[in-house]
Amino acid sequence: MAGAIGIGISGETGSPRNAIGRGRAMLLSPALLTILFFLVCPLGFVLVYSFLTSGTYGGIEWIFSTDAYVQFLFERDIFSQELLFSNAYLSIFGRSFLQALAATMACFAIGFPTAYFIATRPPSQRSAWVFLVTVPYWINLLIRTVSMLFIIRDEGPINYALIAIGIVDEPLRIAYTDFAVGLGLVYSYLPFMVLPIYAAVERFDFRLMEAAYDLYAGKWTILTRIILPITRPGIVAGALLVFIPSLGSFIAPDLLGGGKNLMIGNLIALQFQGSRNWPFGSAAAVILMTIVLVVLVIFARRQARQRV
Amino acid sequence: MADAPAQLKRYPGFGWITWLCLTLLYGPMLVIAVYSFNAIRSITVWGGFSLDWYVKAFTNPAIQSATFNSIFIAFSAATVSTVMAIAAALAMIRGPRFRGAETAFALINLPLMVPEIVSAVASLVFFLAIGLNLGLSTILLAHVVFCIPFAYMPIAARLEGIEGFYEEAARDLYANRWEAFRYVLLPMMLPGVLSGYILAFIISLDDFIITNMVAGPGSTTLPLAIYGMVRTGFTPEINAISTLMLCVSMLFVSGSYLVNRSGTKGQTS
Repeated sequence: MAGAIGIGISGETGSPRNAIGRGRAMLLSPALLTILFFLVCPLGFVLVYSFLTSGTYGGIEWIFSTDAYVQFLFERDIFSQELLFSNAYLSIFGRSFLQALAATMACFAIGFPTAYFIATRPPSQRSAWVFLVTVPYWINLLIRTVSMLFIIRDEGPINYALIAIGIVDEPLRIAYTDFAVGLGLVYSYLPFMVLPIYAAVERFDFRLMEAAYDLYAGKWTILTRIILPITRPGIVAGALLVFIPSLGSFIAPDLLGGGKNLMIGNLIALQFQGSRNWPFGSAAAVILMTIVLVVLVIFARRQARQRV
Repeated sequence: MADAPAQLKRYPGFGWITWLCLTLLYGPMLVIAVYSFNAIRSITVWGGFSLDWYVKAFTNPAIQSATFNSIFIAFSAATVSTVMAIAAALAMIRGPRFRGAETAFALINLPLMVPEIVSAVASLVFFLAIGLNLGLSTILLAHVVFCIPFAYMPIAARLEGIEGFYEEAARDLYANRWEAFRYVLLPMMLPGVLSGYILAFIISLDDFIITNMVAGPGSTTLPLAIYGMVRTGFTPEINAISTLMLCVSMLFVSGSYLVNRSGTKGQTS
C-alpha cells in the first residue's frame, strides 16, 4: 500500500503533466470511446430531443420548440390556446423530492447507529459486519423489491400475522402507498448510508470522547457536539448516495407504488413506453440530470474547500 | 485510537438498531426463499418441503430462454468490459500522470453518475436514431457501458498496489512489453481482474431498468421475465426463480470478496 501511495504522489507532484503517449492512448481508447459513443452521445441526443416537437405517433419531429419545458408548468387550453398554470408535473417532482428526502432521513436514523455500532466492534469482527451490510447492494434490486412487495401486500405474511395475532381485522393497506415506496427506497439504498458513515466513525479518535467525558459532557452531548460534527463528511456522502438514486428511482415506485404514486423516474419511462411524448420525456430526463449534477458539483466544491 | 473504555463508547440501543437494519435488509429475501420451498401455494399453511416450484420454473420454456439470454449477455458484457478495463487501468496507472487524466477518470465513472433511468431512455433514443434493431445486441452494447466502471474499480485498485519494479525486472531480462505484461503483471493482477469480472457479470445479470428500455421483442432477460410475471400476480414460481437469482448473486459477491482478500493478503506491502 505504501508503495502505491508513493507512486501516486510522485506522479502528481513530479514533472509537469505530459501529453499522453501513443501506447497509453491506444490502451485507454476502447473504454473511453465506448462510453463516449454509447453514453455521452446518447445523452446529447436526449438534450437535443428535449427541444424538438413531439411526433403525432410517438417519436419526434425536427421542429425547434420549448413546449416540452413549458409543459412542466403550464397546460395549453385546447380552445383558446391560452397557457394555464398547472402543477400536475411539478407535483410529481415535488413528491419525488419529498420521498427521496424522507428516505434519506430514515436511512440516516437507521444507518448512523448501525455504522457506529460496527465501527466500535473489535477490529477482527468489523470486516464481517461490513460484508453483511455490503452484500445486499450487489443483489438484484428488482428481486429485492419483489420480495418486499411479497411480504407487505394485502395477502402477504405481514398482514396474515397481524390478523392472526388480532391486531387488525382487515388487511392493513401497506403496499401501493407512499409509505411502501418510502420503505422500498430505504430498503434499496440503506447500505449506501452505512458504508461512508462507517468509514468516518472508524477514523474517529475516541480519545476525544474520553476527554469530553472528563470535562463532564454527557453521552448525548458527546454524540451531538463531537461525534456528529467530526463524522459529518461521511454523513453528507451517505446522504447524497441515498438521495440521488432515490430521486431518480424507478423500480420501488413502480412496483411498490403500484404505478399510482409516480416519481420522476416513472414519469420519464412512461413518455417512452406508454403515452409517448419523447421531447417531454427528454426534458424530464434533462431536468433530473441537471438536479443530480448541481447537487454533485455543490458537494465536490464543499469537499475541496474543506480540504484547503 | 481504541483507548476509550468500551463502556464509554457504547450507546444503548445502537445494537438493536443494527439488528433492525440487518432484518430490514435480509428479512424479505429470507421470507421469499422459505416460501419457495412450500409444497402448496398457500402463504398461511406450510404444506411440507418441496422443490416442485423449482422444477416448474426450470421447465418453463419462457424462463429457459430468458435464462439463456441473461447468461449470454452477462458473459459477453463482462468479458468485453473487463478487457477494456484492464487496458484502461494500465494506461491510467502505469507511467507518469498525463494531461486529461481527470477527464478520462471522470468518463470511466460517468455510467455510475448518470441516473439509470436517464441512461436507459438515452440509449433507447440513440439506438433507434442510428437505426439499430432493438434486441440482444442493443442490450449487450448498453451493458458493456455500465459494466466498465464496475470492472475498472477492483482492477485499478489492484494495479495501484503492484510496484513498477516487477515489470522493470522482466524488461531487464529481455522480456518484451507484451511478455512482461502477460507473464509478470497479469498474474499479479489476477485477483483484481477476477473480482472485476465477477462484479461486471452480476451487474449485467441483475440489470432491469436499462435492459427494459433497450430490449426488443423476443430478447427477454431473466429480470424482465420476473417483472412480467409479478405484474400478473404472485406465483410460487416467482419465489423459486427469485431465490435462485439471490443465491447466484450472493455466491458471486462472496467469491469476489474472497478472491480480493486472498489477493491483498499475498501482496507484499
